[in-house]
Parts: sequence; structure tokens; C-alpha cells
Amino acid sequence: MSGSLLLTGGRVIDPSAGLDEVRDVLVRDGRVEAVERGVAGPEGIPLIDAQGLVVAPGLIDVHVHLREPGAEHKETIRTGAQAAAAGGFTTIWAMPNTDPPLDDPAAVGFVREEARRWARKGEGGARVSPVAAASLGLAGKQMTEIGGLVEAGAVAITDDGHPIHDPALMRRLLEYTQSFGIPVLQHAEDMALSAGGVMNEGAVATALGLRGIPNASEATVVARDIYLAELTGGHVHVQHVSTREAVELIRLARERGVRVSGEASPHHMALTEEAVRGYRTEAKMNPPLRSAADRLAVRQGLIDGVLECVATDHAPHHYEEKEREFDDAPFGIVGLETALAVCIGELVKPGDLPLFDLVERMSTAPARLMGIEGGSLRPGSRADIVLFDPEEEWTVDPASFRSKSRNTPFSGWEVTGRVKRTIVGGETRYRD
Amino acid sequence: MTTQGREPGFGKDLIGLESLTGGQIEAILDTAEPFKEISERKIKKVPVLRGQTIVNLFFEPSTRTRISFEFAEKRLSADTVNISSAGSAVQKGETLVDTARNLEAMRIHMVVVRHGSSGAAKFLADRIPSNVINAGDGQHEHPTQALLDLLTIRDRFGAIAGRRVCIVGDILHSRVARSNIWGLLKCGADVAVCGPRTLIPAGIEELGVQRLGSIEEAIEWCDVLYVLRLQLERMEGGYVPSLREYNRVFGVSSERLGRAGDEMIVLHPGPMNRGVEIDSDVADGPRSVILPQVTNGVAVRMAVLYLLAGGRPELAEDAKAGAP
Repeated sequence: MSGSLLLTGGRVIDPSAGLDEVRDVLVRDGRVEAVERGVAGPEGIPLIDAQGLVVAPGLIDVHVHLREPGAEHKETIRTGAQAAAAGGFTTIWAMPNTDPPLDDPAAVGFVREEARRWARKGEGGARVSPVAAASLGLAGKQMTEIGGLVEAGAVAITDDGHPIHDPALMRRLLEYTQSFGIPVLQHAEDMALSAGGVMNEGAVATALGLRGIPNASEATVVARDIYLAELTGGHVHVQHVSTREAVELIRLARERGVRVSGEASPHHMALTEEAVRGYRTEAKMNPPLRSAADRLAVRQGLIDGVLECVATDHAPHHYEEKEREFDDAPFGIVGLETALAVCIGELVKPGDLPLFDLVERMSTAPARLMGIEGGSLRPGSRADIVLFDPEEEWTVDPASFRSKSRNTPFSGWEVTGRVKRTIVGGETRYRD
Repeated sequence: MTTQGREPGFGKDLIGLESLTGGQIEAILDTAEPFKEISERKIKKVPVLRGQTIVNLFFEPSTRTRISFEFAEKRLSADTVNISSAGSAVQKGETLVDTARNLEAMRIHMVVVRHGSSGAAKFLADRIPSNVINAGDGQHEHPTQALLDLLTIRDRFGAIAGRRVCIVGDILHSRVARSNIWGLLKCGADVAVCGPRTLIPAGIEELGVQRLGSIEEAIEWCDVLYVLRLQLERMEGGYVPSLREYNRVFGVSSERLGRAGDEMIVLHPGPMNRGVEIDSDVADGPRSVILPQVTNGVAVRMAVLYLLAGGRPELAEDAKAGAP
């Protein structure tokens, strides 16, 4: 009965079916077979009592750094996928800024196969989909062999970590990717405007004596990319939108039908630049935490659906890399194991976003947006499922993370909403 | 002001003036007053810090500040060790946290630290039990510089409150400007900044200062003109087109000072670029208090060392006379 089970009495939230009711979910051979009341499973099927829990399509995170190959002291494909499962994610997209970068089919194949290998050994977590480099060596010059990369398993392209700076290259990428139906993911930043900045530009940076990154550093690139998407008909997806200007640009562009989308990170919705005070390197990320007005705009963007999905930008770093002068500490924080609870606390608890909609933004929407399987519990769907208690309160303790890294600004936070079980293809990959 | 153990009421360390109150700042200046006289003696030494070990840890080159601290320490009879980044373990790749742990292991009393990264002094202070004095961290703060500036202003005007102080030049990259802004505001001065818009940091008004558009306006407005050094690398960074242009638009010349009030004084933290931000006839002229600043630097640093070592402000007079 591998890959088969019966989840009984849970509150099933399936945004793809418009469903939010108490139902049983029957899974057979890794697929959802029925979502009904009073389902009688076949003799001997494992029963899982889901009463009091939400049963939802497994969460999808289209922005994760797994660090392997090259920086296995920060994270590996195994630990990252397990951390994802612990956070309720059943599919994650692995960014290509590894060493070597994922710019050839062998490297892309390695990431996909490594995740499968650990799963076969019973140490798997979320499904791992590699995102390939847009340019060779992430150097922003020559386009990678995108056709071969897609054949090897790449689901999108990006130079994440670096922006795609050359507008002509960006244009060609937005044209060329249309043969494969994949998006170009853009870390929207004008490095010349950022000019070595380490946090948001403004009064806090001025008081701390830290170099600032202006909002225009993101907004100018988003504006340019919108015009290039409009010119080419390609799909540009703006990663970790952090500024009110970018939210507004995306809103206006979508209204006139441009294929631009955006993601919101939990930290940009939960925190502002104030978190940096005291030179807290766990609040150093790129794009930086912004002003209160930017935070509200990103939240509202997600609530309105202008930003279609939540993505964590999970960026693990070893503690001693963060334990240093603010200028020298690397950008990035981990996010997989806190995302759901932080979003429930920030959006659902205050009444700004119904839980149903949050589930949609974290599962159904990214699947639809990126054209991948998942985000649904309709019969026939792959049985990628998360069970979570939306009311359970817990304290974030980085020492308990499955991730190899602990660099989170949410350490010690009292949060609400706890993942109890994560099922990938009918197989339980995480249990609380 | 209560004194507990080695904490003079404002904490274990002196990282910046932002976290101090006006009263605490004035108390440091009061404590500096009796120490001024030691430097005028024939034998410039009192046993106030006898048996105290102090490390001067300089990750950035410094002449004036380092020497000023060293004189202050030696005149108070402390045992001092100087470490500069060149040739030290730091250059061999040691991290700041390891440097901190090694200092801690040597059981020293105080560390005076200068570092190129904002926040480095606090980083060190959070990790060692010794008292840490910030001698300049990146573009963040340089509190003893601001204290000596405040003392110089107080010497001249009797009080800081109500005085108008305009800081001119590269505010963006200046820790001296930030420490002075906090210190002056807390002591009740009106503070303005003036300089090329490229060198005025975002959100500066939110700190409580006003912006003045031109050097002429600044000179007419202020009682104290605080002229900052223009780092030569700002030109390469594209912040100003040339030094000549900077002098033309923002340079402090005696001609421009014609519009100043009779009492107006000119400060500069040194080292000066004569002919760039300040002309020689101003630097050497009657309004300049640049050398009294340097003299006050030693007294202020003695006061800070004394207070952090557990000395009480009201006993400074006795301490200087040689009482244990």
C-alpha cells in the first residue's frame, strides 16, 4: 500500500476546486482518488486522523537556495529538501547560483537526481526542481543552452543572485524562452545604483552609517523588464518584490496585459529596515528590508493578487559567516521552516487575508503561474499534501531547524500555525 | 549620576553619542575640565589608571586619534599596547570575533578600537567583558571626536544649548558628523548640515537637523561652522566633479566669512586639505579653534577612560591630584 492513505476528518482547503470543507481525502498509489465525506478506503489502508487540521495542497516555493554543489557547509540538497518538507512544502525550486552554477545540463541533472536519490533512500523531503542559469557562469553575457537545460529538468531560468543587467540579453531571453514555455526569473536590481549598499537607503541607514540601497535600484529594473516583456510577449517573474514602486509598476502592467508576475517574501511582509538596528546580520538580505510603507505595499500586493505568490528566498549561511561586521556578512536568511507560520501571523491573524487565500498564494497560485503540476487536491492530482494546525502556537527555535543553517530574524518569535505532516506523492516526508 | 562597578552610568562602553543623554554628555565634559590642567604640568602624569591595561586596536590608519588616546592613557599611568592591522593577525585573516576572544583571554581592562566597518565597535563590545571605546567605526560614530568638539564649543560660548552649528561637507561618509549631530542635539544646539546633495545622506532631516542650501547661507546662519574633511576618493567615486569645483562652491574662504557674525568660530576635525574645504587664512585665522580642539581631545579622552574605569565625575578633581 505504498503511496496510499486515507486522511479523515480534516478541513480540506483546495483553492483549485474552490473547496473549504471538512472532507476525507483518499490517496492511492501516489494520487488523490477521492475528496468526499465518509470515504471508505480499501482494507488495510493507513488511516490518518486529520481532525482539527487543515488538509491542503502541498506548498510550493519557487525561490530556494540549496547551496549544493559548492557550499555544502551551508545547506545540501538533502537538508534543504527536508527543511522544505518541515515547512509544509512539497515542491521547491532550486536557484542556480551554486559553484559551479547550474548552467549546463549535467549540473541541472545532478540537482534533480540528487534529490531523488535521497528520496529513494528514505531521506527525501520536498520535490526539488532545478532552475537553470540564464547566462553562462551567471556572467550576464552569453545565453545558456536553454533547450538542453529544460530537457535535463530545468523549470525556469534566472541569474538570481545577480540581476540580468544587459537589456539586450534580457530581451533575447524573454524571446527565446517562449519556445519552452518557461519564465525568466529576475532578481531586479541595478547594481550601479546599489553601489555596494548593505541595507535600505534612508534615515535608519544614515543613523547606522551603513551604505543604502535605494528603492529605485529595484524599480528601474522592474520598469525596464516590463517594457521588454511587453515588447517580446515573454514572461518575466520578478523575484522578492520589496518596494512600493515595483508593486505599483507590476499592477499597472498587469492591467494592460503584460506577462509580468511577482512574488512576496514573508520577511518583506513581516519586517522593516528597523530590524537592522543593532547591526543585526540576520536582518541583512538583498533586496533589503524596506520602509514601513514598502512593507505595507508588498503585503497589499499579495492580498490583491498583484503579487501572485509567496516565495521565501531561503538563503542559508553558516553561523560564522553571519557572525561578523555587518558590511562583510553575506546577504540572506533561511525561510522554509517559518514561512507558513509567519504568513499566518502577519496576514491571516490580523484578518487581512483569509486562510483559504493564503493557501492559494502558497500552493495553487505558484503552480498555475509557473505551469507546473501541484497546488490541487482534485481527484487525479499528485498526492502532494500538507496537514497543518492553523491555531497551534509555537516559538521559533533555530536549533530545531532541519536546515543546516540558522540565520533567521524570526528566532524567538511566538508564531501561530504548525505543520504536522507533509506528504509527497502519497509518501509522508515529514511528521511533527 | 550613579556609578556601579566599572559602569559610569552610561554602560560598559562608549560606542556612540546616540544612546547617551544630554546630561551624561555634559557630565563627561565636566569630568574633562579638571583633566585639562594635567597636560599643562611639567610632569604630565597622574596614577589614576595605574595597573590598568589598555589595548589600542586600530584596523584603520590613524595618527591624530591614536596618539591622542595614547597620551591620555599614558598621562593616566595605564599600561598600553598598540595593535594596528598591518602585520597583525587581522591581516592574516583572523576574524573580528576571534580577535575579540583572544583579547578577552588576555584579561585586558579596556579596548580602544578603530575599524572601517560601521558597527564593529559594538560587535566587539557585545562579545568581551572589557570596556570598549569606539575610536571611529566606519561611517557610524566617532564619539570622542564629538566630545572634544562639544568641549571646544562650550569653552568658547559657555554653553552649547541654543547655539547654531552647521556641519559642512561630506556628511554621507562622516562618522564625525553623525556623532556631532547626536551630541549637539542632545546638548540643545540647533544643527544644520550643508554640502553637495550627493554627499548629504537620505533621511538626514529625520535625525533632527535642517539642510542649508549654500555655504553663504550656512555662514550667515551659524555660530559654529564645522568644516569636514573632503576625502580625496570622493572625487573618484563621482560625488564631486573636482577638488577645484568643491572649493569654488563649498570651500570656506575668508572672503565668505565676511558675512559671519562676530563671534562665529570654525572647527575642523583634521587632517585638513588646505585649499579644498578650508583656505589657509581661515584655518590659521582668528576664528579657528582647530588647535584647541586637539588639546581638548586629550582631556576628553582622559575623562572617558577615567569614567569607564569606574571613576566618579565628582571625584575627578581629587583623582587628578593623585588620590588613588
